[in-house]
Amino acid sequence: MLTANVAWAIARKDLRLELRAQYTLGSALPFAATMLLAFGFALGPDRLLLVRTAPGLLWLAGMFAAIDLFHRSYQAEAADGALEGLLLSPVDKGAVYLGKAAAAAVQLGALFTATAVTVALLFGLPVGPSPVLLALTTALGVIGLSALGSLFGLLTVLGRRQAALPILVLPLATPVLIAAIRATTELSTGSTDQVAGWIGLLVAFDAAFLATGYLVFTHLLED
Amino acid sequence: MKLLNTLLIKAGSDGAQRLLGWATLVGLFTTGVLGLLVVPPDAAQGDVQRLMYVHVPAAWLAFTSFGVVFVTSIAYLRTGRIRWDRIAVASAEIGVLFCVLTLFLGALWGRPVWGTWWTWDPRLTTTVVLLLIYVGYLSLRRIADSPSRRAHWSAVVGVVGFVDVPIVHMSVVWWRSLHQEATVVRPGAPTMESGMLFTLLFAFLAFSVAYGYLMAVRLRVGRLEDHAATSVMSQASPRPRRPVSVRTAAAADGGENRG
Repeated sequence: MLTANVAWAIARKDLRLELRAQYTLGSALPFAATMLLAFGFALGPDRLLLVRTAPGLLWLAGMFAAIDLFHRSYQAEAADGALEGLLLSPVDKGAVYLGKAAAAAVQLGALFTATAVTVALLFGLPVGPSPVLLALTTALGVIGLSALGSLFGLLTVLGRRQAALPILVLPLATPVLIAAIRATTELSTGSTDQVAGWIGLLVAFDAAFLATGYLVFTHLLED
Repeated sequence: MKLLNTLLIKAGSDGAQRLLGWATLVGLFTTGVLGLLVVPPDAAQGDVQRLMYVHVPAAWLAFTSFGVVFVTSIAYLRTGRIRWDRIAVASAEIGVLFCVLTLFLGALWGRPVWGTWWTWDPRLTTTVVLLLIYVGYLSLRRIADSPSRRAHWSAVVGVVGFVDVPIVHMSVVWWRSLHQEATVVRPGAPTMESGMLFTLLFAFLAFSVAYGYLMAVRLRVGRLEDHAATSVMSQASPRPRRPVSVRTAAAADGGENRG
């Protein structure tokens, strides 16, 4: 089977599961919203401070909620020996990774969109003059996070303990966080001159990690 | 590769290890004497600047160690020989140790010179992110359920982590240059007096020997660990439950014969 076909099949399966279980909007989003409320309590009612910190809080809340999603996505694979089936199937394992990452990116896209609406309402974050660039930033950031999370999420169902995912993913995701938060801040305040650089950095990160993940994913499955 | 093999065998012997241990001791002691007593203090910073003779070599060693993790991780993924994994984990542990040392010494130096223990300078930030990545690497090794899986997983993190480093650094440099705060005065004179330079180079050498010694000891511990695990397994059940263990044990024995 072609890489693209395999990836598409995996992604479609994951998204069908998501549509039926509604995990992203039913469980991950409430988690992100709770976190945003807690951030609000921590920072107090100062309007200006809230607006200034909103882009960072949006990405932090989204990312922590996303960690749970990655875990969830592989939990489905571990149930009922599904993973063994996947291992035994004569397909490119890198394609399986790309499929998982694509499905995760769609889920995270929905999660971040909903979280962004929550942030706009709670913290008064303005959309800024170019919503297209904002959407592009979100898409690229989400792809970067999915590339990392779909790689190491697998380990949460294979290992003895599952605490390792945040420790592994969060430091590696530093460039995504910085670039996405800076770009979001710039765009919401209406300036666009630095945004191209940040978007370029996100593109570089996404390309590097999708390629590395594609190459090394099969080694994570090795027994 | 051939040369490295012979070198590893030589370094594995008891005599070589003792020699390395003594060389480390003498090297570090001499660095201390040179740095504290022989070299004159810095004109601007005074005695605090003497920290450079340990801070900079520690940083250099930390980065080199992580480079070694990257190379041996690739070697492991390509060949599947358990010895590469042993070198990788040894190097990661030493790297984490020296990375912590770098940050600690840097904080000691930063307090009197910059007036703060910590500043969000790109180099500092990259170093701390690097430290966290490799702490993650070490913690991952504890959750794998078989030696073969542990080796594969950590090799993947060894590769991915190192790929991340330049991107992290780039993003951090950019992030700081965007909202410029008070620019910190960089330590170190632009031109270095020759005595200072010699001491620094000597310290590099001494720290590298220390790396070699720690590596040799850690490799021996790694071999012993694998041996203990194999013998416990063969005692507990004459037929290992998983074919995995057999393969890994065989690989470990192979590594033992060669290394």
